Amino acid sequence: MSKFISIEAIARRYPGKPGSPPTTIFDDLWLSLDRGEFGCVIGHSGCGKTTILNILAGLDAPSEGEVIVDGQAISGTSLDRAVIFQSHALLPWRTVLGNVAFAVSSKWPKWTRSQVAAHAGSFIDLVGLSGSEHKRPSELSGGMKQRVGIARALSITPKILLMDEPFSALDALTRGTLQDEVRRICLETGQTSLLITHDVDEAIYLADKIFLMTNGPGAVLAEVVANPLPKDRTRVDLHRHPDYYPMRNHIVDFLVTRSRTFRDTVPDHDPRKVPVVSPRASVNAPFPNPAAAAVLS
Amino acid sequence: MTASLPLRAALLSALILALFLAAWHLATQSTGPVADMDPEYARLMGATATTGVSAMPGPLDVGEKLWEHLSDPFYDNGPNDKGLGIQLGFSIARVLLGYSLAVLVAIPLGFLIGMSPLVSRAVDPFVQILKPISPLAWMPLALYTIKDSNISAIFVIFICALWPMLINTAFGVSAVRKEWINVARTLEVGPIRRAYAVILPAAAPTILTGMRISIGIAWLVIVAAEMLVGGTGVGYFVWNEWNNLSITNVIIAILVIGVVGMLFDQILARLTRLVTFPE
Repeated sequence: MSKFISIEAIARRYPGKPGSPPTTIFDDLWLSLDRGEFGCVIGHSGCGKTTILNILAGLDAPSEGEVIVDGQAISGTSLDRAVIFQSHALLPWRTVLGNVAFAVSSKWPKWTRSQVAAHAGSFIDLVGLSGSEHKRPSELSGGMKQRVGIARALSITPKILLMDEPFSALDALTRGTLQDEVRRICLETGQTSLLITHDVDEAIYLADKIFLMTNGPGAVLAEVVANPLPKDRTRVDLHRHPDYYPMRNHIVDFLVTRSRTFRDTVPDHDPRKVPVVSPRASVNAPFPNPAAAAVLS
Repeated sequence: MTASLPLRAALLSALILALFLAAWHLATQSTGPVADMDPEYARLMGATATTGVSAMPGPLDVGEKLWEHLSDPFYDNGPNDKGLGIQLGFSIARVLLGYSLAVLVAIPLGFLIGMSPLVSRAVDPFVQILKPISPLAWMPLALYTIKDSNISAIFVIFICALWPMLINTAFGVSAVRKEWINVARTLEVGPIRRAYAVILPAAAPTILTGMRISIGIAWLVIVAAEMLVGGTGVGYFVWNEWNNLSITNVIIAILVIGVVGMLFDQILARLTRLVTFPE
């Protein structure tokens, strides 16, 4: 197994009312990610995408199956896997520095106070919050709070960064800048990351691989979309790329109709061999007329 | 021109006080000689019936007596005549001792109840039954088993201060946000560090609120407890002065009990504000 993260045949079931069978959120789910890749799970509410992330984080345990990270099956939480929470989850009685230092001193308990502060300070600097170290979360805007959450997660230099809709509670402008920051940091450090989202553009901008989930309960991983856009894409010119709309249409089509009808239209879907697609303007042109496709490119 | 709200409130407070004192003063005025009566009969009847002097002391009498107490609070002329300061000292010492014991028991036990749904359910019926018992109902049992009236009074304070702290601590600990616990879990924070670095600060405002309720109840109960056990303390002082028919001293004691209770409450309120965090 060369995969860095390998989710193997996991299932998550919740006990139903006495007498009725348990509710299966998903079953026999396989998903893998290479070192340094940015993965993104997208699907409707209730498809179990947050459950997948919680299982990877160790906050939840699969009913069946295993999760293997870096050659080892995981059990429980680990300082190798950092989580950025949707609700930032900062400790309100601690300052910005105190929140990041809490994580740093958890990872390196033998460090001195000044070592911890210096290390935490460098990550506060990384997310652009220098000067706000001694503010409390209540004095920060929503975007700044989430920056602290990002600094806290990165400060323990995790092998994997797990993000559970980290930008969904922010306004559009702040969301954009924070996506830029996360993309910059992940590219610079080669951080292996997994993001949960229901925002198609966020997925296209950030992810190398997009995992499309069908609707739950009984959700399956239907397709892996390998992002055909160049690595050096920027938010400004993203939508001008010829592959952008074919890819976006493919994902939106999936979310609008195929996520609902997938089970009936593809009855012989093999969860171990999920098709990898890469929608491109030239290859699978969405237009019947070749001339129209040529105009687009 | 309008002065600031605190200033206007202070003026209104002063006005209410002045009106109250004036009404009190007028209500306790002497009505003058009442009726002619046989001198021997008059000697039996006392000043109220013969000369119309009010039996209720007026504000000036109380003020004069209060000044007397304040200028010599620590005299000790034997078991039934001690200064108000000494009596207060006994009461405060009892309350603080019983209250501290209650803190030592209630907070760790509350932590345990709050952390464990099993213990919480198991202990709940006992707490529900013990909580509404009037603390003074324990007094005979305490006197019989402990055989020392002073320690019995401290025990009664302990038992009445216990419940609000226990319940608030358990509630505060069990209501700590799941996301904060999850942060500690993903950072692999050990149980002891999790307890004092995450759960304790998160639950501190609720715990301190319980402590504030408890100190109020403890101060209410000590007066009643000391009336029963006797000997020393401000509660005993009140009862002793009632037996002396010194209404002036009773009024002074009531006033002092109120002031000390307010001070206790203010200290705990200050502490609560220290640990409260804005979200």
